[in-house]
Amino acid sequence: MRFQLTKDQRALRDGVRQLLARRFDREALRTAVQRPGLDRALWRELGEVGFFALRLPETDGGVGLGLPEAVLAFEEAGRALLPGPLVATHLAAGTVPGAATGETVVAAVSGGLVEWLTEADVVVGDASGAVPLRSVDPLTPLHRVPAAAAPDPVAVLLTAAEQLGTATRACDLAVQHARVREQFGQPVGAFQAVKHLCAELLVRVEVARAAVYAAAVTADPADIAAARLLADEAAVRGARDCLQVHGGMGFTWESEVHLLLKRAWVRTRRAGADTESEELLAAELMA
Amino acid sequence: MDLSCTPEEEQFRARLRQWLGDVLPTLPPKPSPDDWPARRVYDLGWQRLLYDAGYAGLHWPADAGGRGATPTQHLIFLEETERAGAPYVGAGFVGLLHAGPTIAAEGSAEQRARWLPPILRGEQVWCQGFSEPDAGSDLAALRTRAWRDGDDYVVSGSKIWTSHAEVADWCELLVRTDPSAPKHRGITWLAMPMDAPGITVRPLRTLAGSAEFAEVFLDEVRVPVANRVGEENDGWRVTMVTLSFERGTAFVGEVVACRRVLGELAREARKNGRWDDPLLRRRLGRLNAEFRALWRLTQWNVSEAEASGGVPGVGGSVFKLRYSHARQELYDAAACVLGDEALDLDRPWVLDRLSSLSYTIAAGTSQIQRDIVAERILGLPKGR
Ligand SMILES: Cc1cc2nc3c(=O)[nH]c(=O)nc-3n(C[C@H](O)[C@H](O)[C@H](O)COP(=O)(O)OP(=O)(O)OC[C@H]3O[C@@H](n4cnc5c(N)ncnc54)[C@H](O)[C@@H]3O)c2cc1C
Repeated sequence: MRFQLTKDQRALRDGVRQLLARRFDREALRTAVQRPGLDRALWRELGEVGFFALRLPETDGGVGLGLPEAVLAFEEAGRALLPGPLVATHLAAGTVPGAATGETVVAAVSGGLVEWLTEADVVVGDASGAVPLRSVDPLTPLHRVPAAAAPDPVAVLLTAAEQLGTATRACDLAVQHARVREQFGQPVGAFQAVKHLCAELLVRVEVARAAVYAAAVTADPADIAAARLLADEAAVRGARDCLQVHGGMGFTWESEVHLLLKRAWVRTRRAGADTESEELLAAELMA
Repeated sequence: MDLSCTPEEEQFRARLRQWLGDVLPTLPPKPSPDDWPARRVYDLGWQRLLYDAGYAGLHWPADAGGRGATPTQHLIFLEETERAGAPYVGAGFVGLLHAGPTIAAEGSAEQRARWLPPILRGEQVWCQGFSEPDAGSDLAALRTRAWRDGDDYVVSGSKIWTSHAEVADWCELLVRTDPSAPKHRGITWLAMPMDAPGITVRPLRTLAGSAEFAEVFLDEVRVPVANRVGEENDGWRVTMVTLSFERGTAFVGEVVACRRVLGELAREARKNGRWDDPLLRRRLGRLNAEFRALWRLTQWNVSEAEASGGVPGVGGSVFKLRYSHARQELYDAAACVLGDEALDLDRPWVLDRLSSLSYTIAAGTSQIQRDIVAERILGLPKGR
């Protein structure tokens, strides 16, 4: 047993992180919020580096890697708060022409919602009767659909990976702010009340990380359900606590903290969310 | 990332499973949890069985009397023994998980030869004399004094919350040897025989009703200088080694036990009809996620230790923080499954629920663990 990232896995993660730092940094995130819409050029670039074709066999023109690698890539996407129907397009690689290369943007019905319906070239699932919502997340347009779609375990896991990345960013941001913001003559991070918020942020991230990575290795449905529950919690509570650590600054539109929280909320409504996963894990106790 | 075991590890698991299957049915019935003299006999008897079968001190280095097993093998050992419902280390806790590893890491060759074999053979019970009435979380504020007199230290003061003190043979004791030094500097780590003249043990009753820990009064107790582990006044550093063991590995097996309890709770709920309550079901499902994740975190930490070789790092605090709260939630959920019966001390899980309350206090409170995580892992500034 060697439950640590291999050298190749670390290289892959660092590669995706660098690409996203170059192509979708904080400035790009702000710009995207001002002018929402899918960046097709970026989508194709993701296709070129194999983001969508990561798990497609090499014989089919894919990269031929596995779930652990996909999870690492999606964690980075979650950390960068990269917008777009990433999971749906990734899952469509190999079945929908152009998805693997990022030429085609694929959306999918997940739970009772579809993300990015109007921007997508192809929609997987029954989106008839879709009604637009005024989405809480400025970077995820949403439609409601009458017929909810059942969870696909890989989609549940990749969502967990995105949540993990967002939770990690929330923890980093909170700690950074706590180190530099001063009140009463010292950094606020020296106050125990703040320090403990940060410690709990990290604890939730680390527990979720172990669960998500393990689920990527085993692909076991119960492991995946556990990973999703822990990662949803880490992302949502992490973003809230990060906001608290930022004080009034955290409540402004300019700060990026609300974007973390809103995206985390959107993802918690995808198929495989709390009730479903909890019931699955309850049933597993009887097995 | 890889969670599969090597053929050797699988072989190790299979042999262990076989052995447990043979030996567990031959054990005498477990004594009552608050009868410490009986528990001492029982727990040491189990340790002797482990020793004879070659499973004692599995992960200790060979030159400390151990088998030099990999952390993964140790993990398999903990997993299998808990899964089979084998006895808990119990009275052996401090010796096996705490004092022993510290002596192995910091003691002289002579000290290792003297103390480690009897610990492994199940011949000695150790206790931990760290906390004092005015030095709990602020452990370095301890005041129990020791001064040199010839080849002895003479020790006076008092310790509190000393688990198993009543039945212990040895005590890992922290004393102040230089009162004028800054508080972290003047501390020394001693091994004190519990039958030395001048020691009085006064049992304290816990909220669960049992006398599991005690107050220990020390009145000019003579401890040979040869019993000092590490240098004089260097006890704080030695202690940090000890504490990292306590937080790093001591609770690992218990996660498996919690998962077993969770399955038992589900079956009990099915029997008494509460399983039909979706809120309870979902609560148990979420706890399943929690303990699965904690087990994965354990595997992650163990793999990391295997790569870096040896002493567990501050990551143990991350685990301890989450686990201690999860354990309390587990037994609160048990109370929901039991309903009114959760008020009956004779029902299973009720005493466990009471004792789970100590997990966020003992071995460093959650507040102190959060300070450790924030300052040592996240690098936040000290201050209040
Ligand atoms: C079942 C059990 C077994 C034990 N066994 C042993 C043993 O065998 N040997 C041994 O030496 N000790 C043992 N202990 C003692 C244990 O380590 C201490 O109880 C623990 O470290 C807390 O110290 P305290 O009880 O003095 O609480 P205090 O330090 O007085 O703390 C009281 C409260 O104040 C909080 N607090 C204190 N300082 C801070 C701070 N800086 N910031 C924020 N909050 C703070 C604490 O978190 C706690 O909530 C045991 C305790 C228990 C419950």
